[in-house]
Amino acid sequence: MKILVCMKQVPQKDAPLKLNDAGTWIRDDVSYEVNEPDAFALEEALRQKEKHTGEVVVVTAGPARATQVLREALAKGADRAIHLEGDAFVGLDAYNTARAIAAAIVIDQGKDEKFDLIFTGLQSDDYGYAQTGVILAEILGLPHATIIMQIEKRIDQNDGGIRVKRELEAGFFQFVDMPLPAVLTIQSGINKLRYATLIGIKQAKTKPMRKVTMAEVQSAVGGNLQKIEKLHVPQKSKNTEFLEGPPAEVAKKLVEKLKNELRII
Amino acid sequence: MDTILVVVEQREGKLNRVSWETIAAGQAIAAHTGWTLEAAVVGSGVAAIAGEVAGKKVAKVYDVESARLEPYTPDAFAHALREFLEKHPAKLVLMPHTYQVRDFVPKLATAMQTTAITDAIGYKYEGGKLVFTRQMFQGKFAADVSFAGSGPYFVTFQNGSFRGDKVEAGAAAAPVETANVDVPDAVVRNKPQEVFKEAKQAVDLTQAEIIVSVGRGIKEQKNIELAKQLADALGGELAASRPICDNGWLPMDRQIGSSGQTVAPKLYLALGISGAIQHIVGMKGARSVVAINKDSEAPIFEIADYAVVGNLFDIVPPLIEEIKKAKA
Repeated sequence: MKILVCMKQVPQKDAPLKLNDAGTWIRDDVSYEVNEPDAFALEEALRQKEKHTGEVVVVTAGPARATQVLREALAKGADRAIHLEGDAFVGLDAYNTARAIAAAIVIDQGKDEKFDLIFTGLQSDDYGYAQTGVILAEILGLPHATIIMQIEKRIDQNDGGIRVKRELEAGFFQFVDMPLPAVLTIQSGINKLRYATLIGIKQAKTKPMRKVTMAEVQSAVGGNLQKIEKLHVPQKSKNTEFLEGPPAEVAKKLVEKLKNELRII
Repeated sequence: MDTILVVVEQREGKLNRVSWETIAAGQAIAAHTGWTLEAAVVGSGVAAIAGEVAGKKVAKVYDVESARLEPYTPDAFAHALREFLEKHPAKLVLMPHTYQVRDFVPKLATAMQTTAITDAIGYKYEGGKLVFTRQMFQGKFAADVSFAGSGPYFVTFQNGSFRGDKVEAGAAAAPVETANVDVPDAVVRNKPQEVFKEAKQAVDLTQAEIIVSVGRGIKEQKNIELAKQLADALGGELAASRPICDNGWLPMDRQIGSSGQTVAPKLYLALGISGAIQHIVGMKGARSVVAINKDSEAPIFEIADYAVVGNLFDIVPPLIEEIKKAKA
């Protein structure tokens, strides 16, 4: 199985974020990490490769710092990487990001990578669009399934297809049979993540990394179809009362509230 | 005059009640813009649902029908709605942000060379321009987002963004028009099996009056015991955000959020929960929220009545003692 994993670098979960002066984006001086669902997507690709043999390719679109995400993926066992590199990729909407990735993997000088499976995380921790994978499927003309918790080859039917387990709301699930090639968006928790080994980190340095510039995919990318006018701190829906002091005092205050205000105790 | 179309959601012939919130959103935007509000239900043999929606204040309800729309597949739904929208153009298409909608809306919008603003929580109409508000960075910021291009503009609304119980009824039943669509066999590539539940849910958190819920801030599995002691002292149930259940530290049936249970207890005490959107949608109906988190910018504080910025391991032990004292 030849699998492509789309990955994204996002601000670290606990990183304090500040708005830029124009109020259109966050300031860049924060720590970044791999988008968590993408880490699970990579892990699933590595497991599928171990089961069925094949190749795992990782791709990201972003500035130079995003290389880190690809290096970590190579260290964990991905075979090669594609980096759509440049600040020009930062503000793209989901449609144009998908178009750029499609151009890099398919329309690249007549070369078609012909992946059997394309994985993305189910959504990113920054934009939270939950769209790029599904859009990519539509652009490539492939079937897709979202929020996947399990992937099996349908060996019994011998039709080359797969059976995936979709998560639905409120604890419901559904198995879906589908042909390959296909695009799947992967849910966090589908597997247990591995750590990179020292040997893996060493080997990663010699693995191929293809850089793709905006100029190379420009013809596929258009103006954004949606525009962020302004970022702002969310309006509070409640008058939050902050309880302060040493722990013992805070505990007393809180119990007083639970007793007299909320009447829980 | 432009048209707003609300696509109500049905599953296996039953109206998903979150659709009333989307109708309420459509009614509010229609009142603001002066545009015409219509609704559509998409499925096979769903005329009864169309009739139900026709009782609300909408100009018209379409019953979009094809035998291939049951069971749900993204291929059939995107194909059917595209065909319908090409015959019945709408400027703005609204849907609830459900797992089903997010499965097919990006495909539909892309096929129509347009885009979807997903998981919106509100809108503004200023100077003739519609702007939609959506959360970003896991709820730390909100963004005002506008559309470029000529549409149709797709928007999905997060659960709880509008009041479903505030939907206006119509003076008379709206006309229902059947719109048969042709979904060729070859279009549908996925074969969905029956929907099922993993195991019988052992705990029904929806009935709990007090819930103590733990998130990543609990750090290690062994610390769950501390939260359990707090829940016991309060006489409440123990719950968790998704990562805790993914780690196997608590069973999946104690998960709160979009993929877990949706609760509305008298008290929701959040320990080390940052308040990502997927968690908030499962508990924002709580009568009161107390949050303890070391990160003063955690989004959970935005919906908290009482907030404690600090280390939960310092605060919870004396809290348990104080509760025991108060109850003694």
